Formats: sequence, C-alpha cells, structure tokens
Amino acid sequence: MISAASIIFIVVGMIVMMVSNSMPTISRFGLAFLTGSEWKPADGVFGALPFIYGTIVSSLIALIISVPISLGIAIFLTEQAPKKIAAPISFMVELLAAIPSVVYGLWGIFVLAPFIRDHLGVFLETYLGWIPVVGQLFQGRLTGIGMLTGGIILALMTTPIITSVVRDILEVVPNTQREAALALGATKWETTMIVLGNAASGIAGAVVLGLGRALGETMAVTMVIGNSPQISASLFEPAYTIASVLAANFAEATDELYLSALIEMGLVLFLVTFVVNAFAKLLIMSVASGKAGAKNV
Amino acid sequence: MLSALMTGLTSACAVFAIAILVLILTYIAVRGFSAINLEFLIDTPKPVGEGGGIGNAILGSVLMTVLATGIGLPIGIGGGVYLAEMGSNWFGSIVRFLADTLIGVPSIIVGIFIYTLIVLPMGRQSGLAGALSLAIIMIPIVARTTEEMIKLVPKSMREGALALGAPEWRVTWNIVMPAAASGIATGAMLAIARISGETAPLLFTALNSRFYNYFYDQPMASLTVQIYNYATGPFDVEHQMAWAATLILVGLILAINVAVRYLARRRY
Repeated sequence: MISAASIIFIVVGMIVMMVSNSMPTISRFGLAFLTGSEWKPADGVFGALPFIYGTIVSSLIALIISVPISLGIAIFLTEQAPKKIAAPISFMVELLAAIPSVVYGLWGIFVLAPFIRDHLGVFLETYLGWIPVVGQLFQGRLTGIGMLTGGIILALMTTPIITSVVRDILEVVPNTQREAALALGATKWETTMIVLGNAASGIAGAVVLGLGRALGETMAVTMVIGNSPQISASLFEPAYTIASVLAANFAEATDELYLSALIEMGLVLFLVTFVVNAFAKLLIMSVASGKAGAKNV
Repeated sequence: MLSALMTGLTSACAVFAIAILVLILTYIAVRGFSAINLEFLIDTPKPVGEGGGIGNAILGSVLMTVLATGIGLPIGIGGGVYLAEMGSNWFGSIVRFLADTLIGVPSIIVGIFIYTLIVLPMGRQSGLAGALSLAIIMIPIVARTTEEMIKLVPKSMREGALALGAPEWRVTWNIVMPAAASGIATGAMLAIARISGETAPLLFTALNSRFYNYFYDQPMASLTVQIYNYATGPFDVEHQMAWAATLILVGLILAINVAVRYLARRRY
C-alpha cells in the first residue's frame, strides 16, 4: 500500500516541484515563453519556440521512418515468418531497445553522421534538393550533425518499441479472423490487411507511444543534433530539442532565471509526454485489454 | 504475387533492423577492443594524452546502481504485490495508470525532479541524488512486472492454501511469492540493466568526478556520463576511450539480457 502510494507521491511531487521552481519565468513571461523565438540566456531573454520546433520536427522525421519499418517487422514476425525464425528476430529487436541512449549517440557521432555527410545527405540534395518548396528541406550546409541525423537516430531508437507493441497487438487478434478470411478466398496479403484493420486503434496507440519516446529522448539526440537554437527550413542545419537543451545546459545554469526557464521547459516536456503516453495507453487498451502490450507501455 | 512482394518488403524491414544491431555491435567491439587494457580499467581520468582510465567511473556506476536497486527494488516489488493482490479498486487503477505513464516519462525529467528536491537543498551534486533518480526510474518498471508475474500464478494454488485455513498474508508470502519469484527476479535484472545504461538523469544529479569516490554525499562519476563527455570531447584519444567504455557498458547490459532470456526459456 505504502509502496504503491509512493508512485502517486512521485508523480505529484514532480509536478509540484517543477511548477514551484519554474515560477520565476512563468510569472515573468507567461505564455510568451512558449512562443518567443529568441533564446539568449546571457541577456535574460528566454523563448522556447526553437526547442519546441526542434522536438516536434525531429520526432516527426523519426516516425515517418520508423512506423513503416516497425509495421513491416511486426507483420513479418506475426503473420509471415515461421516461429523458428521469428523468435530470434524478436529477441534481436528487443536487444536494440536495450542498448543505452548514450551508445546510440556515440555511434551516431562517429558512424551515422559521417555517412549522412558523405553519402545520404549528398544523395538527398542531388535528387530532392531541386524540387520547389520541398527541396528547401534538403539544401544547406552538410556537416552530418543536424536535424536529419537527430531524426534518423530517433527512428532507430523508436523502431524496436513500436515493433514490439504492434507485435503484441497482432498476436492477440484471434486466429479465427485469419482463418475466416482465408476460407473466403482472400490471399495471404489481403488477410494481413484485414488483421491490420481490426487492430488499427492498437497500432495507432503503438505509434503514439513511439512518439512519446521520440519527444523525450535525450542523450542520443543531444549528441547528434548540433545544439543550436534556431528554426531553419533545412534539415541539414543544426537544431535543438527540449530534452537536449536540458541535458546540455542544466548543470551550468547558475542564475535563477535561467534555471527556472530550463525547469519550465522540463515541465512542458513532462506534461506533453504524460498526455501522449496516457493517450497511447488508452488506444492500446481498447484493442488488447489486459496482458498484451501492457508490459511495454 | 502481391503477397510475395509484401513478404519480401516486410522481411527486408526485419533484415534492416538486424543489420543496424550488428552494425552497432561490430563498431563497439572493433573500436572498443583496440583501446582497452588493464590500466584503462582501473585508473582515474588524466589530462588528455597521458592515458588514464575509467576505474572511478565503473566504481561510481556500481555504487549508484547498488543503492538505487536497494531503494527501488523493495518499493517496486511492494507496489507490484499490492497491485496484484489488492489493487482491483479505484486506488489500484490510478496507481497502475500513473506507473505506466511514469515509465514513459523522459528520464531527464526525473533528473530535474531530483535536482529540485535534493541537489538544490544540499547545495551540491551527489551520488545519493544520482542513485535516487535511478531508483525512481526503477520503481514503476519493477512494480508493473511484479504485478504481471504474480497474476501468472495459478488461482488454484492460492485457493488451495486459503482452503487449508492460511491467512491471506501467509498465502501471499509463502505460496504466491515463491511461485512468482523467478519471474520477479527476471524483471528486476532487466530493470537493473535499464538503469545502468541511464545517462540523462545523472548529468546534473551525480555530475561527475575525476577521483575515486566512496561517499554518497559527493559528486560521483559514472560510466555513462563519462562516455558522453569523452564522445563529445574534441580529441581522438577521448573518442577511443568512449568506445572502450561503451564496450564494457554494452557488454554488461547485453550479458544481462541474454542471461535473462536463457533462464526464462529454461523455466518453461
């Protein structure tokens, strides 16, 4: 009972401590804190917009890449692969989730970033850079460190999470559905589409869960996104996320207003991820009430 | 035709994920092994170019993980037992819901919480603050796995004991807990693996230290923060040390995961 209550104390304590410690900026800037695009701690100017922008865009890049891949893996594991192949592959995907964030960051700096600078970035600039409007995304200084690299690292990190939740959800779809579809003459792929349709809200939940992870992911992103508070159309340019500005500056923030600004950003991130996770949980529960998925939520 | 094509596509996705895993592990193994030696494992950090090692960081990680486990494990297991045995009311559902969302809250937020709660009043960063943040990350994970494991214990065992006249606490303690013990241990091991790889909550709670430090009231080095500092440092020597330290960290975490998997398979 006391142990269980401690979980409530932790959550309530987090909200109370963070609100009370961010009062200086909340009372001073109000909502302008969230919409201001200038971030100059030395001058006492704090606008969180570049960080909010960086967080959202990097997470979107991550999901655009990781959702199709995760769905593919999950479908392969549950609908197509024989059990003997599926089991070791699931395990390897789980190992991907077990690798610490800081290790992804290290790998990102020394392996992924040079690859993007020398190959992927050049490729994107050559083949997509000339398209009007959209092309702006793929023009600019290619250093390998920037929004695109951050997004790709996030994609690699969210893939195992989305995969395992989708896999659990597909596993609870009753086999009778598959048999019925096959009996009516549907091909294997048509059957899979029917199964996916029935699990749709659970899959949406898995994606939202992945979004929650991407929004809050800290170390790996901090190490590869370039840490510069700007809003730039180009995905090659460095950016900043809420989590990474906390990681990079918190230890040095000595002045009260600066610290308060960082804590308020932490509060924003906390509330957003809390709502996103709660939403994901509701979606997943609607499909798999009880066991499946719960261990990953 | 379409079916075959889609199977090709989905298996390509699976191959991609495995390739990424292999790629990451190979880089760690190749770069890590070339930089590792005994001095590196026991020495403290030295100015760039003079060698040095990560002995104090390994010690710091171990000390903080041990304390975090000491705090987080009993609370987590206690909470899980409560949820499984008495948690089918509104209080239980609130706790369960908060635990699930807490698992998804970014770990750096936990760091901020502990910073405002412990570091500001104490006036300095400390190993204690680092260990407490890790404990907070651990509690909801352990609570939820414990609950799942206890629920797997067959009802008939419980009913049998109750029918023999055992009081409820006795049934929980002497019948249900031993039956669920190995599952709970598995969950605990995975939670330990998880917190030993955490970096973000330690950055400004435990900070870092250049020396061997055995006291929880002082700033403490950790393997993960050390990797972060070395990786973002400007010198090649530092990068090499980052890879070597990563080899140790990832080796440990993968070993736990593989061991847990092996033990879990033997059980069923």
